[in-house]
Amino acid sequence: MASEIQLHQNEEFISELKECAKLLTEKLQGNQFEDASQLIHAMLESRDRHIFQSVGHLTRALHNAIVNFHVDADLTKEPPKVESSEIRDASNRLNYVIELTQKAAEKTMDMVDEAAPIAMNLGQEASVLRDQWARLKRREMTPDEFRVLYGRMDDFLAQMATGTEQLGRNLQEIILEQGFQDLTGQVLKRVIGLINEVEQDLVSLVRIAGQVEEITGLATGADKSEQEALIQKRKVEAEGPQINPSERADVVSGQDEVDDLLSSLGF
Amino acid sequence: MKILIVDDFSTMRRIIKNLLRDLGFSNTHEADDGVTALPMLRSGDFDFLVTDWNMPGMTGIDLLRAVRADEKLSALPVLMVTAEAKRDQIIEAAQAGVNGYVVKPFTAQALKEKIEKIFERVG
Repeated sequence: MASEIQLHQNEEFISELKECAKLLTEKLQGNQFEDASQLIHAMLESRDRHIFQSVGHLTRALHNAIVNFHVDADLTKEPPKVESSEIRDASNRLNYVIELTQKAAEKTMDMVDEAAPIAMNLGQEASVLRDQWARLKRREMTPDEFRVLYGRMDDFLAQMATGTEQLGRNLQEIILEQGFQDLTGQVLKRVIGLINEVEQDLVSLVRIAGQVEEITGLATGADKSEQEALIQKRKVEAEGPQINPSERADVVSGQDEVDDLLSSLGF
Repeated sequence: MKILIVDDFSTMRRIIKNLLRDLGFSNTHEADDGVTALPMLRSGDFDFLVTDWNMPGMTGIDLLRAVRADEKLSALPVLMVTAEAKRDQIIEAAQAGVNGYVVKPFTAQALKEKIEKIFERVG
């Protein structure tokens, strides 16, 4: 691992510094100023060499990370033009998930919209016929009315046959449409794998960079007020659906809590 | 009753539209973010606005602020229907003058209750 090589070189650099420092004290105490000056020069050189080496490691690690993600980019352009990369590929895959889920949702709603009036008409006709059937059983029906009922019953049975057939087809289509779950699941799993890889590579880059900063004294304190402004901004930034609302104190876990919060504000 | 539904996902717009139709409101119009919604509101004598929070272009909270700041629209009842569930966000929406707040995923019952409550209050 690159960060382990870096760690080893840091240790060498430190022991070299310590060695020089010891010698430097000896020379100074012995009033050998010319030797002391040479030592200081050597220490500075060693520090510079160490920085160059560290930057080299960092560059190589960054390069490896880029190679790992199969980034094919034209770096001469400003901004660099990315032809293809795993990240680009992942974005395309995620867009495909959006597309697929949207299609499935729309198709399902189409099927329901188509089926709802059929079911409603059958239900209405059935209740009309039931009332008339009851009148027939109570012998309240004239022969003319019975003839109308007779015809209507015939129509209803035909409607019933085609209607239920259509309903069955639509229900079947709705089931088939749920196949998006399998397809999007596979795509999402691949993207999750990629994100984990990116994270690992980033963590190792940050580690190397941290070791370089520490040993060469390049680290600067982060701007505090800037960070605080960022935290403040995050509080009201849109986040989309909460995955684990019960694990976060700053998030409500349902409509009841929204209502409670609003009524506590005088709503 | 003329209603504008603002959400960047057409599926969600359709769900809300269907629920509103079941509640007896069939004069509904759609926009996919605040940028397209605002000119529609300004020129279209709408009686009610249902909006999502998280949208590209102009978010729902910015749309709400723009509505409250507009002389002609400032009294328009606004219902937020959103997945955003942070307490600070709900407080912010309340302070910006929202009339109701429904978190997704929601039930038909919850949406119905909030809408009825809003109309009760605004008369």
